[in-house]
Amino acid sequence: MPAVTFKNVNFKYRVQSQATLHDVSFAFDYGEKIIIAGPSGSGKTTIGHLINGLIPQSFPGNLDGQILVNDQDVSKLDIFNLSFAVATVLQDTDAQFVGMTVAEDVSFLLENENIDHQTLLKKTNHWLTELNLQSVKNHHPQELSGGQKQRVSMAGVLSSDSKILLFDEPLANLDPAAGRAAIQLISQLQKKLNLTVIIIEHRLEEALKIQADKLVIVSRGKIIANDTPDRVLQSGVVSQVGLREPLYLTALKKAGFDLSLEKHLTDLSSLNQELVSKKISNWLNTQISVKKPNPGQLILSIKNLFFSYPKQSVFKDFNLDFYAGQITAIVGKNGSGKSTFSNLVTGFLKQDSGQIFFDGQSLDSLSVKERADKIGYVLQNPNQMISQNIVFDEVAYGLKLREVNPEEIKTRVRRVLKISGLDSMRHWPVSALSFGQKKRVTIASVLVLEPQILLLDEPTAGQDYLNYRSIMNFVASLNREHHTSIIVITHDMHLMLEYADRALALVDGKILADDRPAVLLSNLELLKEASLAPTSLYNLARFSQVDPIKLSERLVESEADL
Amino acid sequence: MNNNSFNLAYRDRGTWLDRASGATKLLAFIFLSGISMIVLDTRFLIFLVILSLIVLKISRVKFSEVSFLIKLVVFFMIINLLMIYVLAPGYGAQLYHSKDIIFGSGPYALTKQELLYLVNISLEYFVAVPLALIFLLTTNPSEFASGLNRIGISYKISYAVSLALRYIPDVTKEYQQISLSQQARGNEISKKAGFFKRLRGAAAILVPLLLSSIDRIESVSQAMELRRFGAKKKRSWYFAEQLKAVDWLVLFIVLLIMIGGVILLVVNGGRFWNPFIH
Repeated sequence: MPAVTFKNVNFKYRVQSQATLHDVSFAFDYGEKIIIAGPSGSGKTTIGHLINGLIPQSFPGNLDGQILVNDQDVSKLDIFNLSFAVATVLQDTDAQFVGMTVAEDVSFLLENENIDHQTLLKKTNHWLTELNLQSVKNHHPQELSGGQKQRVSMAGVLSSDSKILLFDEPLANLDPAAGRAAIQLISQLQKKLNLTVIIIEHRLEEALKIQADKLVIVSRGKIIANDTPDRVLQSGVVSQVGLREPLYLTALKKAGFDLSLEKHLTDLSSLNQELVSKKISNWLNTQISVKKPNPGQLILSIKNLFFSYPKQSVFKDFNLDFYAGQITAIVGKNGSGKSTFSNLVTGFLKQDSGQIFFDGQSLDSLSVKERADKIGYVLQNPNQMISQNIVFDEVAYGLKLREVNPEEIKTRVRRVLKISGLDSMRHWPVSALSFGQKKRVTIASVLVLEPQILLLDEPTAGQDYLNYRSIMNFVASLNREHHTSIIVITHDMHLMLEYADRALALVDGKILADDRPAVLLSNLELLKEASLAPTSLYNLARFSQVDPIKLSERLVESEADL
Repeated sequence: MNNNSFNLAYRDRGTWLDRASGATKLLAFIFLSGISMIVLDTRFLIFLVILSLIVLKISRVKFSEVSFLIKLVVFFMIINLLMIYVLAPGYGAQLYHSKDIIFGSGPYALTKQELLYLVNISLEYFVAVPLALIFLLTTNPSEFASGLNRIGISYKISYAVSLALRYIPDVTKEYQQISLSQQARGNEISKKAGFFKRLRGAAAILVPLLLSSIDRIESVSQAMELRRFGAKKKRSWYFAEQLKAVDWLVLFIVLLIMIGGVILLVVNGGRFWNPFIH
């Protein structure tokens, strides 16, 4: 009997007019590893909610067809009974942290089962050990890294002894190295405890490392593919539905390699090395000359900066320069000073000593508001920035507060809305927009103040490929056509590789590397130190015995041609 | 922005007060501040003030952590005292059946009796505030929840209380982030701006804060349901420690003080100690 079965499932949320799932059928067997992938709004999360019982408990709607978990019809089980069968790790690891400390959070489920105190302590202890959390068991959630938080979430649901483990976008909030570690850990646990693992994720390059048994592709509420990853990748359906396929496959395709003949695309070493090598080398020779614009003048300069929090020093004699017209990516693991850096530049925090110069002028005497006219800062979560109901008002807000005259406000806002592709939506309520559109509204509302530098914090975190493209192409066009200098803080190696002119690795308050993105991504030692990970292009370059830097840059160039 | 104003959170400061049960501390706070409101005997109140200040010292709570709150309470205390004096300048004389004018004349003459009454009221504040701070800052919210549950309050309510305490630092952080991004947009919420401007400015922060808090509540309740919160009538607690010797000792001392207060009630022949009649 299969672990999870869907038979002709249709589902419509009560609050929506259109059905989200159409005639979905599949069966997952015990002990399998399954990846469910699809673009935003494809229905993949809905499938997850149907498996773990959040539908209909939290999201009511109309369901027909049959869903069986452990051979039991879920319509006869409530969420509590279902949670014995399926253990769910939610995407937002912060939100699911219910306990005050790690140990309490891990024991939360056992507490709710009213298990006697001795057994509770014993079991909690067991799972703390199993997930390597003993050393942090008395820590608060704020003191943990992303990877640790995720391990806590896993321990907290595995204690139910469920055999089916469901992950909702496990990689979204992790830095690349932590993402790899998470995939490895899931794989180990799966083997050791003989679990059925279902991962909902759109980042295939990283997720496929788990060596899944099945890759299910969902698009517009329908199952488009349900087969071994090898066969799904071979069919080319991944890029057709707007997902990003692993980079090495894109490179192979561009080099003219025929993927449809290969049986084991997930395993690079199964390919004909000689042929791959030849194709890739030829492709690299077609490289158009690297035409990097020279960096402009010095625009932002940080000199001898010192900053520490009450208990922790972050920057000691920190120096960094930015040049006009560049897109600079700042990467590095969580807690290495990236947010502190942006808070110092925007004036949210005050440095202990040292100075920050903008265009030769010291920023020290300027208020947060005055700095914002020069350096626009866009927070990661658009919901933290938006305070007006209507798109136009939201973008106009900063100008109104600066008491610009209404006529000028109108022209300036319309101009920015046109650049942002939002002009036709200017009378819409902000709440009707998608995440990507909201993000654009927040960028527009900062842009309207005409800053020379745009500072973006994780602009694409948790976004699927289409949203990612739309946000970043917009940012790149600002850079290209309006000469806005861009500083992006990111975990996304693809973003850095594809859009940045310059990459900075910031680790523990120090700049470890300052180079072209492709160069930085080829330095394995550095990547390890910065909690980053090489992309699959690196492996392809090794396999075909070419320079990984050249290969990365060639791929970016070919994508830009499109 | 005064960042210190938001440091009202539990932290293990490594004293026996952190180890005492939250329920014990709550009971001690309620009973001691209660008796201080009933027995208006200046000697007794001074004893309680000294006691609660000593305990505050022992708790290792730093003044910087609570300075904002203390300033706020002192402000309200002064208003309270002024109001009493303005509305009932003769209340002290009435209470103590005598009238010794220190200075002034007419109905607003300051009498020794009124002064003593006002001193008593201020002392009540100085008993209650340190005790409340000790309770808030040395009590682990989860441990407190299990304590509440043990004295008979439903676990859902107990847990809601502890969850609220648990999210104070998170929401504070989010508030600061939103407020700063609003300032960058040009929203002036400092004292420089006028009252209505500040009011509108505050609304612009509250809207996003409210929306993101609703998001947060939604995810937390999902996370709790997925881990079977509410599935059973009873739940066990990770922090289900039994009352320890220190708890019994504290409760015993509180009991002694209560008895002392009751004796004073009898000796003084009522709530008020009256030094003016010999």
